[in-house]
Amino acid sequence: MAKGRIEVLEQYCKSCGLCVAACPVKVLRISEKTNAKGYRPVEQFKEGCIGCAMCATTCPDAAIEVFKIQE
Amino acid sequence: MGRVLMKGTEAIAEAAIQAGCKYFFGYPITPQNEIPEYMSAHLPEVGGVYVQAESEVASINMVLGGGATGYRVMTSSSSPGISLMSEGISYIAGCEIPAVIVNVMRAGPGLGGILPGQADYLQATKGGGNGDYNLIVLAPSTLQECVDLTQLAFDLAQKYRNPVMVAADGFMGQMMEAVEIKPSPTKDQPADPTWALGFMEERGGKRSHLHSLFLAPEPLEEHNRKLQKKYGAMKAAEQRCECYHMEDAELLIAAYGTTARISRSAVNNLRAEGLKVGMIRPVTLWPYPYDAFKTIPSTVKNILVAEMNAGQMVDDVKVATGCRYPVSFYGRTGGFAPSVKEIEDECRRILAL
Amino acid sequence: MSEVKVYERPKSWMPNVSSHYCPGCGHGIAHRLVCEVIDELGIQNDTIGVAPVGCAAMIYDYMDTDYCEAPHGRAPAVATGLKTVRPDKIVYTYQGDGDLASIGMGEIVHAANRGQNITVIFINNAIYGMTGGQMAPTTLLGQKATTCPLGRDAKVNGYPIRVSEMLATLPAPGYITRVTVAQPKYIIKAKQAIKKAFQNQVEGKGFSLVEVLSSCPTNWGMRPVEAFDWLISSMMPYYPLGDFKDFD
Repeated sequence: MAKGRIEVLEQYCKSCGLCVAACPVKVLRISEKTNAKGYRPVEQFKEGCIGCAMCATTCPDAAIEVFKIQE
Repeated sequence: MGRVLMKGTEAIAEAAIQAGCKYFFGYPITPQNEIPEYMSAHLPEVGGVYVQAESEVASINMVLGGGATGYRVMTSSSSPGISLMSEGISYIAGCEIPAVIVNVMRAGPGLGGILPGQADYLQATKGGGNGDYNLIVLAPSTLQECVDLTQLAFDLAQKYRNPVMVAADGFMGQMMEAVEIKPSPTKDQPADPTWALGFMEERGGKRSHLHSLFLAPEPLEEHNRKLQKKYGAMKAAEQRCECYHMEDAELLIAAYGTTARISRSAVNNLRAEGLKVGMIRPVTLWPYPYDAFKTIPSTVKNILVAEMNAGQMVDDVKVATGCRYPVSFYGRTGGFAPSVKEIEDECRRILAL
Repeated sequence: MSEVKVYERPKSWMPNVSSHYCPGCGHGIAHRLVCEVIDELGIQNDTIGVAPVGCAAMIYDYMDTDYCEAPHGRAPAVATGLKTVRPDKIVYTYQGDGDLASIGMGEIVHAANRGQNITVIFINNAIYGMTGGQMAPTTLLGQKATTCPLGRDAKVNGYPIRVSEMLATLPAPGYITRVTVAQPKYIIKAKQAIKKAFQNQVEGKGFSLVEVLSSCPTNWGMRPVEAFDWLISSMMPYYPLGDFKDFD
């Protein structure tokens, strides 16, 4: 399985949770942190990201950047 | 092109083409239909485009979009159609987009009639749409002036990035007179890429966005201050007025457009009788020619306002003269114009008081 | 081991800006797709957008292209003016259902009927969002809104309007399609449709409209994920996805 990772641009995240639902490998969750706007940004909480970008595809705030890791 | 006999509406249309207007957006309404008809026939000859909109609401918004490119665009309509355009005119003013709007005024209110009127004076000069905005309003009283003021309208619209209205009336639109229509010196004036849409590349990737929406109060007030400063500059530089036999007049007629034309004949006839009557004729209804009213000589004892409405300019005359003179009014509505004799009789009545 | 960036914020998305949209609002997804398409077609400097009235009125704060405001519903007329004078530019409107299908129904029908070479992105979320959840022309029968608190009643309010089907009866418009941004698999198709609608204009083919079924979690009174589930179960049966015209 391909490997990937995400970078959450936390200042733009509004904790809507669409990415959490869209992630096929269920590695995302709403964090306990708080951003400047008072939202709790999403985070990758465990290994297993496949770099499919479904999270970024559904993000209404363009708050997720996705990387694929090539061995 | 030397002097030719033309109908007012067609003279306005040709004057616009000779001013470099290549894009016309309009909707039929009497008594101005010859303008869109002329444009649809002749704009393609100069590489221009005529678009018949589905309504006056659409045509003014096509003008908003067309004007946003910085090129010369126009529409024309008549009173009820201008009412429909009023929303768009407010947005055009708020977005600071140059545009020329011709109003061949007819009698109102409501659907009114198709005969001439001047009852859109207040709509044109005091409002129409919402918010603090002003149009430059030009009122021709001859067909040559229809030509010259239409061409001036394009210059002023671009100079100030503001809508300019040529407020003609049904007589101006439908009568025929000899006119000379020359290409305007500013005919080929290019769009200003510093603000006009479609020049992002030329601005080095810097975009332009035209809007009247400012949700926060501070920027909206700042925007209004900027607009008011511009309107102030217009008031200082763009007042136009004709004073006719004013120098020793005892009675001054204040009139514009067709009523001024009729009043001129009355002045001539009364002068032939030895009566000291003169005329002050605002050419710009907005900005109102306050400066000219300040030059009214001390000989003047009375002012008569003559209009084809119920007295819409009377208050402006009172304000412009600081209420120093008795101001009376004579007007006709319904599509009638006051006759020369009616105005003469009214002048005699006032002079005999 | 090396890394490749497979998704980043679009270049034409205004840098360093956070949108005013509520969490999970579909507008953001649709905006992003338009930006991605503008980037992929390389038309950022040649694009002129026309903003609506409604939640997306400030769209120009998020998209780094030339932009013009339109009065409520008049965006297709403004776009007609822009495109008439500048046929060399890419002109598009972005309108909601109140703007396009109610107050602006006249303008969209006639722009489509002229076959105007513009692109229209039409967001249908079955509600007035900006004004606080009033009934839209697209509100479903039985759907509650603040001006139909007992649910839309056909006897009183008429039926929700299927804009794409209606416009597809006209001979002039070329490409009319309905998509949704409810889930990634639909979003990928929505982007293809938006790209095609812009590409059509670049090629001078004529009028293209993409109706995007979207959500309004706030005024529907649902969480974002729940809202998109409701869209799929309730809106999609009435507003079927697919092409209604494709330059045939």
